[in-house]
Parts: sequence; structure tokens; C-alpha cells
Amino acid sequence: MTLAQGGGRDDGARRGGMRQGGDSPAAQRDSGRIERRPLPGRATIARLLARETPLVPVDSAAARALVAVIAILTFLAALCAGAAELVATNSAQWRAAVGSEATIQIRPQPQGDTEALVAQAAAMARETPGVLAAEPFSLGQSERLLEPWLGSGLDLAELPVPRLIELRLDPQSPPDLADLRTRLREAVPAASLDDHAQWLARLSNMAQTIVAVGVALVLLVLIATGLAVAFATRGAMAGNRGIVEVLHYVGAHDAYIAREFRRRFLRLGLEGGAIGGIAAIAVFVALGWISASWRASPAGDQLEALFGAFEIGTRGYLVMAGTALVAALVTAAMSDLSVRRFLAKSP
Amino acid sequence: MKDFTFAPELSDIPVVHFENVGVRYGLGPEVLRDLTFSIEPHSFQFLSGPSGAGKTTLLRLILMSVRPTRGVMTLFGEEVSRIDQRRLADLRRRMGVVFQDFRLLDHLTLYENVALPLRVQEFEEARYRAEVTELLSWVGLGERMHVMPPVLSGGEKQRAAIARALITRPDLLLADEPTGNVDPGLARRLLRLFVELHRLGTAVLIATHDLALMDLYDARRLLLADGHLHIDE
Repeated sequence: MTLAQGGGRDDGARRGGMRQGGDSPAAQRDSGRIERRPLPGRATIARLLARETPLVPVDSAAARALVAVIAILTFLAALCAGAAELVATNSAQWRAAVGSEATIQIRPQPQGDTEALVAQAAAMARETPGVLAAEPFSLGQSERLLEPWLGSGLDLAELPVPRLIELRLDPQSPPDLADLRTRLREAVPAASLDDHAQWLARLSNMAQTIVAVGVALVLLVLIATGLAVAFATRGAMAGNRGIVEVLHYVGAHDAYIAREFRRRFLRLGLEGGAIGGIAAIAVFVALGWISASWRASPAGDQLEALFGAFEIGTRGYLVMAGTALVAALVTAAMSDLSVRRFLAKSP
Repeated sequence: MKDFTFAPELSDIPVVHFENVGVRYGLGPEVLRDLTFSIEPHSFQFLSGPSGAGKTTLLRLILMSVRPTRGVMTLFGEEVSRIDQRRLADLRRRMGVVFQDFRLLDHLTLYENVALPLRVQEFEEARYRAEVTELLSWVGLGERMHVMPPVLSGGEKQRAAIARALITRPDLLLADEPTGNVDPGLARRLLRLFVELHRLGTAVLIATHDLALMDLYDARRLLLADGHLHIDE
């Protein structure tokens, strides 16, 4: 063996005690037999050493599988979150639109002037504070409303068709509709007021149910992500038991080892979360684009009537991105927990 | 980041003290019985005995990777029966260990392996770089510091393992058959390395069954046989 000569540092104080033996470098240095020169290529070495290898080796196959699992789960969670957000936004829009309207219906009177009753009811409605406008449907408008069912060329004058008055309500200070209803019943017995409350209640119940189911699904998928990561971490720890032992022997604190593992799993989580989140957002963008290109067609109109515009807006995308981020954080937290449990049992 | 300085702590408290320590694995018989001995600071001793006598178990006891089933153990003056992981890690930082099977991490370069004890103590890499490269050169591995352990010979791994044990200037060096894989010439040089370390203030315990090696240096001998320890001063 040749003991290579050390660098040009004057370390006599440190190695000064080593005076035994002819081939010790310290002895050689002390006797001055070998000239002192810096190690060749130390700058190169310094550059090479600047980046530290992770203490936890990268098992690429297992890591890829874990990234795929996290990506798929995040994709599903983000889709659920996006769908819930879509329903919540659209139902709020429906409710705002429907809630700012009410209708007065005047049953046709065999005797008496229906038109006069319509005018009287409309006037009463207009006087009510909170009602912005009260527009009676003319006979022509009513005909057009009924045209799809009864065919064209209809003369409503011959039929006892109820007449409608459309009320636009002030969303800021909604009118006291119960009071209006009572007054109408007294003044115009043939009139009835429909404030769509029943519809609204059903609609919002349905929307809330869908949103609740969506949130529950997101939570379930996040829990599944956490469990998958816990298993993967336990596997990684078991596979790296020897490394953990060596780290313990050289004096590593558990917190340090846990940090090394957490760093690695957070990166995998972020990677999987980003892939899943971006894929889910791409699906929503694509669906929005497709539904926009269908808008003119009858099928598209039906879809839009059901789901509203297929757009979740900035908030929706933020919700989906947030879901992906939470999935990554769940990954890091679960791996940290598993690592600490493992370390507590390790010698 | 902490600064990296060598500061061996010198005191008269035994670095290791055993009082009637016994170890058994599971419900089996005691593999080590009634061990009572001390390792003084700056002392040098060999631990000897036939294969299977419990040399490695004794080293693992001192490392606290095996816990005694009875008796009292102190490390650096601290009673360790109820020690927590954090404190134990702090005590292990004052020990250097050379394992019989080297225990180098195969995915790290030699340089990173030797620097590992400093890295886990979160010293700044720039602070110890020169120290590590110099020590690697000193054990003859200066040209191979960027090589991964699997391609090294047994002797080279041995020297890397020794360098890793020495890099922190431990107060106590434990070496398990450190000359088991090398030729007699290199064994002598490695022994000299340990002796020089001892002269610089480190307490050294070398487990070996190589009588020729022990004859090279006149030191205290701890002999393990039948689970008992006999001390030959």
C-alpha cells in the first residue's frame, strides 16, 4: 500500500503525535522526505462534492410505482373536487337567478275581465317595496310560450288560459312575498303567487348532497393516498434497514433520518400530485371546450340546462390545484409518521 | 450550520464502565455473564477470545444496539439504562466504530461514506471537505474517493471503514476484527494507525482473535471465554 500524501495544510499539531513507523505519512512529512504540494485537482473535487447524494437511495422502480399511485389518486380526488365545485357554483347561479324572480298567475275568469284583474295584480305588485318590475305576459307572449305544446296558429282568446305576471325582485332587499300573497288573495281571489321556494329548496338540497358526496370522496381518496404512502414508506424503510442502522451508529438523530426520508417522499408526492392535478385540470378544460363547441346544438342546450356552463372558473382550478397540493402534503406527513414509528423500533 | 472543530474531551471518568452486566437473547442462556470492567480515557486494549465467545456482542453492548438484561452500564459517566434516542445518538457521536463487515453505504462514494458521521451532525460540507480528503489520502484511498464501495477490495473497504470511524476524532474507538481482511503488512500499519490515534487521546478497544497482532503491541488484554471476562493487565 502506498499512503498518498495529504494536502499542503500544516497539520502538525493534529498529526503531531504520530511518530512511530517509517512509512507513516506523518513521519515522512516530519522528516521532510516528501515535498509538500497540494493534491492535484482539488478544485475539481470541490466542484464534484458540492452536491450531496441523498442518504436514502433512490429505488427507481418502487418510486415510479408510488408516483403513479399518487398521481391516479390525486387525479380522482381533483376530479371529485372539481365536480363538487362545478355543482356548487352552478347551483348558486341557479338559485340567484330563480330567487330573483317570482310569478303571479291569474286564473281565467268565465265572467269578468281577466285583463283588468291582471292590471290590478300587477299594480299591487309594483307598489310592493322590493319588487323592481312586474311585467304581465301579453296574450301574444303566452301564445308563444304554449306554442311548443299546442301548435302554432292558436287563438288564446278562445281558451281559458291562465295569465302570468313576471316579477323581478331586488336581491339586496327582497320583498315580503307572504304579505303580498295575502293581500293578493284578498283583492284578487283568482291570483296566486309562486315564489319558486319549493323548487329552490329541492335544488339546493340536491346541490348540497352532490357537494357533500364530492367532499366525502375527496377525503376518502386522500385517506387512501395516505395509506398507500404509509405502506410504501414502511417498505422503503424495511429495504433500507441497514442504512438506518449505520446512520444510528454514526450518531444520527431520529429527526435527521426522518427528515431525509420525508424529503424524498415529499418530492415523490409533489411529483405524483402535480401529474394527477394537471391531468384533472386538463380534463375539465377539455370538457369545457367540448361543451362550448356543442352549445349551439340541441344536445348541448340540454347539457347546459342540466349542468349550466361547463366552466369551473379560477376558483375551481384553485380548488383542484389545492387538492393536489394537499395530496402531496398528506404523502409527506404519512411518510414522516411511518418513518418515526419505524425508527422508534430500530436499534 | 455548526462549525467543525476537533475537540477531544479529556477527563478521568471511564468512557465505559460495566458493573455485573449480563446479556441473554430471548429466553436463552446468558451469552455474557457478570461483566465488570472499565475502559479508561486514552487507554488501549485488545478484546480477545475464541469465535463465538461474544466479542461482537460486547461491542454492540457498548454501542447500545444490544441492551443489557441485567447490571449497570455507564458510558462517558452517564448511566444508560433509560437513555432516550437523542441522548444515545449524542453519546454515539463520541464513539467511532469499525464493523467486521464494514457497513459502508453502497450508494454513496467513499468520500461521502467517510464524511457520513460529520454529515449527520449537520456540519457544513465545506468545513470538513479538506479533513475528509486528507484522511482518505492518509489511509491510501485518496485516488479512489469518488468510487462506490462495491467495486473496492476487502482491504480498501476496511481502510474506508476505519477512516469513517476516525473522522470525528472519537473519544472511544471500537474496532471489530479490523485486520481480518488484510495482509499482515497492512495489518501492522492499521494497528499503528490505532496506536497513533490512542496517543492523540482516544480510548481504543480492538476485538481480534489474531494473536500475532496482539503480540505487536503491548497492551491490556480483555479475554472473553464462556461468557466471562478475564482481564490481563
